[in-house]
Amino acid sequence: MSALYAARARKDKVIRILCFGAAAFGLTWLGLILFTLFSKGLAGLSPDVFTQMTPPPGSKTGGLANAIMGSVMMTVIGVGIGTPIGLLAGTYLAEYGRHEKLSFYVRFINDILLSAPSIVIGLFIYGAVVVPMGGFSGFAGSLALAVIVIPVVVRTTEDMLLLVPNQLREAASALGLPRSLVIRRIAYKAARTGIITGILLATARVAGETAPLLFTALSNQFWNANLMKTMANLPVTINNFVQSPYEYWRQLAWTGALLITLAVLALNIVARLLGAERKQK
Amino acid sequence: MTDLQIKTDMSHAAAPSTGVRANKLEVRNLDFFYGESKALKNINLSLATNTVTAFIGPSGCGKSTLLRILNRMYDLYPGQRATGEVLLDGQNLLDPKLDLNLLRARVGMVFQKPTPFPMTIYENIAFGIKLYENLSKSELDGRVEHALRGAALWNEVKDKLNASGLSLSGGQQQRLCIARTVAIQPEVILFDEPCSALDPISTAKVEELIDELKEKYTIAIVTHNMQQAARVSEFTAFMYLGELVEFGQTTKLFTSPEKRQTQDYITGRFG
Repeated sequence: MSALYAARARKDKVIRILCFGAAAFGLTWLGLILFTLFSKGLAGLSPDVFTQMTPPPGSKTGGLANAIMGSVMMTVIGVGIGTPIGLLAGTYLAEYGRHEKLSFYVRFINDILLSAPSIVIGLFIYGAVVVPMGGFSGFAGSLALAVIVIPVVVRTTEDMLLLVPNQLREAASALGLPRSLVIRRIAYKAARTGIITGILLATARVAGETAPLLFTALSNQFWNANLMKTMANLPVTINNFVQSPYEYWRQLAWTGALLITLAVLALNIVARLLGAERKQK
Repeated sequence: MTDLQIKTDMSHAAAPSTGVRANKLEVRNLDFFYGESKALKNINLSLATNTVTAFIGPSGCGKSTLLRILNRMYDLYPGQRATGEVLLDGQNLLDPKLDLNLLRARVGMVFQKPTPFPMTIYENIAFGIKLYENLSKSELDGRVEHALRGAALWNEVKDKLNASGLSLSGGQQQRLCIARTVAIQPEVILFDEPCSALDPISTAKVEELIDELKEKYTIAIVTHNMQQAARVSEFTAFMYLGELVEFGQTTKLFTSPEKRQTQDYITGRFG
């Protein structure tokens, strides 16, 4: 008995050490990345970053204003296009199509889309939009981001709606609510924070995407709010600047990377807070 | 009540139809299927207006299934179907062309687990009313108060109508659900084991409420608790394996049942 117990206690200790070790290993790299990012990125942080355009080669002044604006614009539009489509598709899967065969295929394709490499999505939009339209554009970039947002929102919407107990739907139906109202007024309401969390996480995901923008929005050195023209954005700018021989460009790349990281961190914190609120209810 | 005569012929089971009270609901030759499996077999019975009818029987006997036919709740799920007739004031509610939302406005339902909507206490009640009527704010306030008083909940919640319905205790939540059902003024209320998740004090309150509600509504209640059936109902139906074994006045069914199976069940020999 005590020998058995001692053996079990030893095993427990070993497993626990392994678990802690694995967690520490992962966190170490994250810590190192963040440390490097902050130490190199903070150095370049100044008001110029937010007010000046991306500099030409060799210049010792300039900022990221156009890239920040482009990133915000394309992210907002991409999420704006992707969210309603994802919401509706997720609603179909969880509500109307729950017992339909079509749902099986939609879910399967959505899962493939969810794990598709983003560069493939960039190439697809290049072929489907950029080539026919005759040039790179912020619009094409937004579309590429939307294609990434859709499967994430579909999945979270479906998952969150499936968490809503069926009894609640039955109770609402028992009052004589038509199906559409049961979904809009009861199921969405019960799943709201979860769905919003999913949308925020999708936003965080696309905010840092580089590959889908390389072949779609390209980049631009100037202030441009015209969606039909090439559009500067943080990820592609970082990609270009970090490979350059110019010290000032590389500094801006670090600062841009820090800005994206902070934005994603902020979105994640908001999503977490909303999630915590949901659990309390 | 004494002048009600209970027919013993089960094919036209015990419809207490003496002209004293009309039957609100009549179930005729009802069969029910979950896919291929037959869950109810040739059910015949009637619910008299403004009475409480209890459905008892062991788990899986089909009593909840029967209740869920009376407001076509089963229609939410594919593969479930009913054959036969269920007449609500003479109109067959199994008619596929029937508007289910209007039917459910007439036949309300209270579930086993309290199911307040994720909104304020006030909205939980007002929500249903607003579906059917266009009322001014003050009229609506009046209706909400009336419904909450009707469910014996007003005094406990009148100072926190804007709190979430989910913040109430289980017993209060169940009474909120009753208030919500009553608020849209149905004609029939179905209770599906309404007290099985409640403590004894809350149970007593809900039972008192059912007793008051029968003044205005025709009530059917499914319960696992035989004492509860005996306390709240005038008529009781005993079901077993998808069949209606015995149906009659509660006092008679519990004191001198006609069938051996009923006798065995109510004396606790099985089930």
